[in-house]
Amino acid sequence: MELRKDYFADVRKDGLHEIGQPRPRLDSPGHVTGKTAYFADRNFPGMLHLKMVRSPHHHARIRSIDASEAEKHPGVVRVLTAKDVPHNVYTILILIQIGPEDETVLADGKVRWKGEAVVAVLAETERAAQEAAAKVKVDYEVLPAVFDMEEALKPGAPLVNEYHGQNYYLYDSGECRKVRFGDVEAGFAQADHILEQSYQSSPIEHAPTETTGCVVAPEGNDRFTCYTNTQAMFFTLDNTSIILQMPGSKLHFVGGTVGGGFGGKVDVIVEPIAILGAKLTGRPVCFIYSREEEMQISSPRAAEKVVIKDGVMKDGRIVARKVTGYTDAGAYSRHSPYGAQKGAAHYPGPYTIPNVWIDTYCVYTNRTPSSAMRGFGVTIGDFALEVQMDKLARLIGMDPLEFRFINAYRDGDMKAHRQPTEGAALIECMQEASRAANWPVAEKYMAMSSYRKGV
Amino acid sequence: MAKVPVQFTLNGSEKAEFVESGTTLLNALRDKIGDTSPKGGCHQGTCGACSVIIDGELRLSCLTLAETCGGADIRTTAGLAEGGVLHPLQRAFLDAFATQCGFCTPGMIMAAKVLLDRTPNPSREDVVEALSGNICRCTGYEPIIQAVLLAARANSQNAA
Amino acid sequence: MSLALQTYSSVKDANAALQAAGARYIGGGTLVVRAANEGDISVSSLVRVTDPGLSRIAVSGGKVRLGASVTMAAIARHPELAALAPAARAVGGPAIRNMATVGGNLFAPSPYGDFAVALLALDATIVTEEGELPIETFLAGRDTSRAIVTAVEVALPEAESFRFLKVSRVKPKGVSVLSIAALLRRREDGTVTAARIALGCMADRPIRALAAEKALLGCKLTVQEIAPALMTSSEGIAPITDPIASAWYRAEVLPVHLGRLLLV
Repeated sequence: MELRKDYFADVRKDGLHEIGQPRPRLDSPGHVTGKTAYFADRNFPGMLHLKMVRSPHHHARIRSIDASEAEKHPGVVRVLTAKDVPHNVYTILILIQIGPEDETVLADGKVRWKGEAVVAVLAETERAAQEAAAKVKVDYEVLPAVFDMEEALKPGAPLVNEYHGQNYYLYDSGECRKVRFGDVEAGFAQADHILEQSYQSSPIEHAPTETTGCVVAPEGNDRFTCYTNTQAMFFTLDNTSIILQMPGSKLHFVGGTVGGGFGGKVDVIVEPIAILGAKLTGRPVCFIYSREEEMQISSPRAAEKVVIKDGVMKDGRIVARKVTGYTDAGAYSRHSPYGAQKGAAHYPGPYTIPNVWIDTYCVYTNRTPSSAMRGFGVTIGDFALEVQMDKLARLIGMDPLEFRFINAYRDGDMKAHRQPTEGAALIECMQEASRAANWPVAEKYMAMSSYRKGV
Repeated sequence: MAKVPVQFTLNGSEKAEFVESGTTLLNALRDKIGDTSPKGGCHQGTCGACSVIIDGELRLSCLTLAETCGGADIRTTAGLAEGGVLHPLQRAFLDAFATQCGFCTPGMIMAAKVLLDRTPNPSREDVVEALSGNICRCTGYEPIIQAVLLAARANSQNAA
Repeated sequence: MSLALQTYSSVKDANAALQAAGARYIGGGTLVVRAANEGDISVSSLVRVTDPGLSRIAVSGGKVRLGASVTMAAIARHPELAALAPAARAVGGPAIRNMATVGGNLFAPSPYGDFAVALLALDATIVTEEGELPIETFLAGRDTSRAIVTAVEVALPEAESFRFLKVSRVKPKGVSVLSIAALLRRREDGTVTAARIALGCMADRPIRALAAEKALLGCKLTVQEIAPALMTSSEGIAPITDPIASAWYRAEVLPVHLGRLLLV
């Protein structure tokens, strides 16, 4: 590893003791000896296996559920339906006042995506749970479904989620998150060229090697210990406390060791129902996603659509940027209202543009609910922005890296969100990238600085 | 449910257990015998996290039935370190930063061990091929490949 | 019902046990244990045979007889089976190859079954207790066949005449986008006099590219002369769609990869 200390040398105290030094990872000795304890490495006598009966339809009304055959199946200890869950309708971001509660732990009257949890079966063995799950009879009335964000936003589209009342998340700012800076139409009027392009992405699954799951053990003192691979320990504890209407002091969560997460293990899905199962049976319970469930049921990164319209001058300055972003939440909110909001906070990218207009929508469809994944709300936006930057450079016949130097934000520039830029380092990153990639740019760009005026 | 006896050697110790017929070796090792170093990542034979060595051959314990292993010599990553001293592969995985979440690590080390037992001085291609049935979602593989090559070099220096 | 393993020392006894509902034969376990693990509750008993004869490889007179329990690893390392080794090595990673058997590969649904693609091009004979079948007939009826496969017999091709290609998106080893095996007889001047081409992933099981085989006759393996064969290679195919590739994609790239294989 090479540390380039010449950048920012005059503004940095060079007292680095740890950065640049190799240090052993604290968790590695456990990993290489097989001693690291993941949640599934806990095994308790008499542990029950939880298997979920899932919706085979994208959108349907549930007329009736008949679990009587499943309950009689050998090895079955308990079958759970919506009525067993104390506070069945929840939303995870309610902890930070982002409502409404819009998702069911177990489906109640309706399913909104293919794979939605309907009935939980607890049995002595995995096989008995699977066999019993196959005996649960659910009578569905299939409803029209919508899978495309633009279709979902049209009048007359099937309503995905009644708790919202429309197929988009209603922010305090209205149907979308909005940023308004300068006068974008005046900017377009002034521009030498206008380029409007549309970018879109499909959902992406994290595919961690360890699937989502938890093991719950009832303790003697009426508490429940939950061994989990959640990436959001206290978030999960607090939401479980709400869903089960159980004080947090009754819940002991043990975790922090995650066999790959990448943001895919921040939803509160397996813990509440497994703890409920342990409570109602008095037995330890494990609920571990199969590989198929991990790929099909766990939240992916949201599909996104980003429409960017730019006004650019022949000399390389971008004078107006209008971005409309759509985030496909799937059937439920989970983290997506926040993801769409992050998009609004991230556009127009690390560039100083005098006229900016941003709208970002969080849209509901009958697809698998999406949620967090590494830089969600931003990653797809960056893909769109940087492809757009290359297209703009080509349009005006300019080197794409030099084009970025011209527009890069620097300390003191006013951002579209009305925050003055501080601590920018894009110029220096691009200078180093220019050297490392052997992609030379004009000397004046190599002399620029993010923080020194006049250069 | 019908229980069947299984008896084999695990990392040099005799083990005997009763398991339900049809139990996989992975579940027998983890739930009955208490060796949780093989991991269940897919139960489909795709991820390699459950890799163990049976009679000198790399196998997937998630697709092997415990009752077919009678009398076998089974090796897992939990048994690699001797007297508290790490095996050169374990040392190399530490030194080369070849672990992140660690879930694939025991399987990777098993796959690498079979390679080095037969090919003490492998080429990079040999290493890539040997690890080709093991999935790592964190590291991008390069540090793992480097760790195996590092362990091979350490072995040959010790032998010299 | 839980899963139960039944072990027999003879194929005959196992054949009888296999007639029971919910019974499936287990070779290396890479298909059937996987299905059980994934929750396929239609499997309630697994039947295996310990007869060591099933794991025997016998080479004589330019032919090989592979016992049904012979693993991909055993084929890949056998000194006299170099012609089959690339196809055997194309299956799975090292652990899978130590487990996956010749017999199992004959039943593997697409996108698996790359070795069976090679066997189809080589016009293998499938041996069961009830008799012998050409592989093409066997593959067509494999869904309803209840007789345990005991061996596969195949004439070993000369090195130059047999070509095999598996295309994956993950390197070095991944699930098939497609696989192709071609057995070509050529005159000294390079003209093709006989061709047998098998395709993997172009249906739910290995199939022959009959039109392309015919179009290759009388051709030399040049870009111009093989063009008609490539054009017809997608005749009669119905590729699978799975997470690896869509049917459309598989159909689009088939002529490209067949061309590369023929022009090697």
